[in-house]
Amino acid sequence: MKANLKSNLAWLGVMVLGFVVIDACEFAGLINTFIENMLVTIGINVILAVGLNLIIGFAGQFSLGHAGFMAIGAYATGIMTQTMATPAGFYLSMVVGMVIAVIAAVIVGIPTLRLRGDYLAIATMGAAEIIRILINNLKITNGAAGLFNIPALASWVTVYVLMCLTTIVTVNFIHSRGGRAVMAVREDEIAAGAMGINTTRWKLAAFIFGAATAAIGGSLHAAYIQTIAPGDFNIMASIAILIIVVLGGVGSVTGTFVAALVLGALDTILQNFGTVRMIIYSLALILIMIFKPAGLLGSWEFSFKRLFNRKVKGVAEHE
Amino acid sequence: MQTFGQQLINGLSLGSIYALLALGYTMVYGIIKLINFAHGDIYMLGAFWGYYSINYFHFNFILALLSAMLVCAVIGVVIEYFAYRPLRHSARITALITAIGVSFLLENGMSYLVGANARSFPQAIQVVTYHWLGLRISNVQILILGTACLLMVLLEVIIKKTKMGKAMRAVSVDPEAAQLVGINLNHTISFTFALGSAMAGAAGVLIGLYYNSIDPLMGMTPGIKAFVAAVIGGIGSVPGASVGGFIIGILETAVQAVGLSAYKDAVVYFVLIVILLVLPAGIFGKNVKEKV
Repeated sequence: MKANLKSNLAWLGVMVLGFVVIDACEFAGLINTFIENMLVTIGINVILAVGLNLIIGFAGQFSLGHAGFMAIGAYATGIMTQTMATPAGFYLSMVVGMVIAVIAAVIVGIPTLRLRGDYLAIATMGAAEIIRILINNLKITNGAAGLFNIPALASWVTVYVLMCLTTIVTVNFIHSRGGRAVMAVREDEIAAGAMGINTTRWKLAAFIFGAATAAIGGSLHAAYIQTIAPGDFNIMASIAILIIVVLGGVGSVTGTFVAALVLGALDTILQNFGTVRMIIYSLALILIMIFKPAGLLGSWEFSFKRLFNRKVKGVAEHE
Repeated sequence: MQTFGQQLINGLSLGSIYALLALGYTMVYGIIKLINFAHGDIYMLGAFWGYYSINYFHFNFILALLSAMLVCAVIGVVIEYFAYRPLRHSARITALITAIGVSFLLENGMSYLVGANARSFPQAIQVVTYHWLGLRISNVQILILGTACLLMVLLEVIIKKTKMGKAMRAVSVDPEAAQLVGINLNHTISFTFALGSAMAGAAGVLIGLYYNSIDPLMGMTPGIKAFVAAVIGGIGSVPGASVGGFIIGILETAVQAVGLSAYKDAVVYFVLIVILLVLPAGIFGKNVKEKV
């Protein structure tokens, strides 16, 4: 605790600073609803993509079904807050969404995580589509029309705080014993198994963790956007999250933040271009991938600890 | 029994389209281990080429089909050259994202150029419905099934009997070793893309004729279904892709026939998951033993 105190304090400072800057801009009227919408979308995308990066980048399991778990969270909030339109009801619905998403992840994960690579991707995509089609046909979810007039119980503050919380928890998991086990499985499953790591259990743990964060993201999406439909959670939604992860760099949480910011800003700038927007977007995607195949940041991670250590070392050498 | 026969015919027609598409997926995957997400959009381009060539150049059906195959083959090779070749040695997930980017580009590029509205495909062939033992078969259905089977046999012959086919099989087993014995890797991969895209182009024209309606986003869902078909058959295996395509086609029509059309896609994905759990490499896939 003492050893990391300085870098932890630095991170806390960054988080508070980010909050104060956004709040000041909001107070000064620099942020209109349009920009606030963009910031909230970026925040929700960060929550979703950090969870997916844990599954793909750190556990090495290629999941293409993230939007399915997001849908569970969104619908839990959409349905429950209609009768309980209070902040307490919202957080309760978020927890319920997470629990259901975890149960779904266990049901999907136990059989499919035995598969490898692209087979796993296609199986998880199938599972997410099954979830979406069930939602599309159930009465309680109002079928294909979706839910609207969901009470606005999430502001940008909620999204910001939860974004910080999920990232802290995820990063701590990555740096824990469990995180090292998960990364060992990614590097070599057989070797990890030989070292006494229960590979199935840790793969499942990462998968469940990702599913729970996806449910949080979905829950915030429902409460902020206030309208959800099954079509919002199709394969393309899963792919959009995957693009953030790969663009930032598989296995880099910092990269996920950068990519979510870049893509969010790009999307907002391109709003003015009308129909050419998606053409520019897709060309940008192809070109970035060709010239930066490992993503914007590769597996590089920003670390205050390293920064401070380097400084200390530099000072020592001077003396 | 009659409904069963009728549904079987419908399922086979739909299945042959999926099979043609699945062949492209499976060949490309077999050779460079890439899920070519843009494959469904090449099928869309084939359909649009058919539309314009019949409407403006007054091609007949055979000419439209052959020219669509040629055009799509060229497009496939061009896409491979510009988008996938630079990424051949980087992580597979990078190439996958590029493929998704190409898919977005084709979909939105076409929406921009020709408009996003659906348009009706010209009737290049007078539809005649034959009645036989109480079953209805249209000549379009026979044509689809016939063309699809012909193309599949042709493909099998190319892969098994020609020098290029031998090179393709060699590259899919071991690219480095194939280069050592004098096989030109780039040519072989280009040829694979040409073959797969030609199949997709043919499928596009056939589906236009069958469903009568085409639009720039038509390739998305069939593309994903065809990929599922390729996985069910065992990705990388050519007969597997055909069988997988027919399984998906028949399954889908069967689910619709029992009145569960809302759950048709869910059933397809459920069967996919079950098959993968029993046979993790698909029906015809080789189960590679793991060595430490």
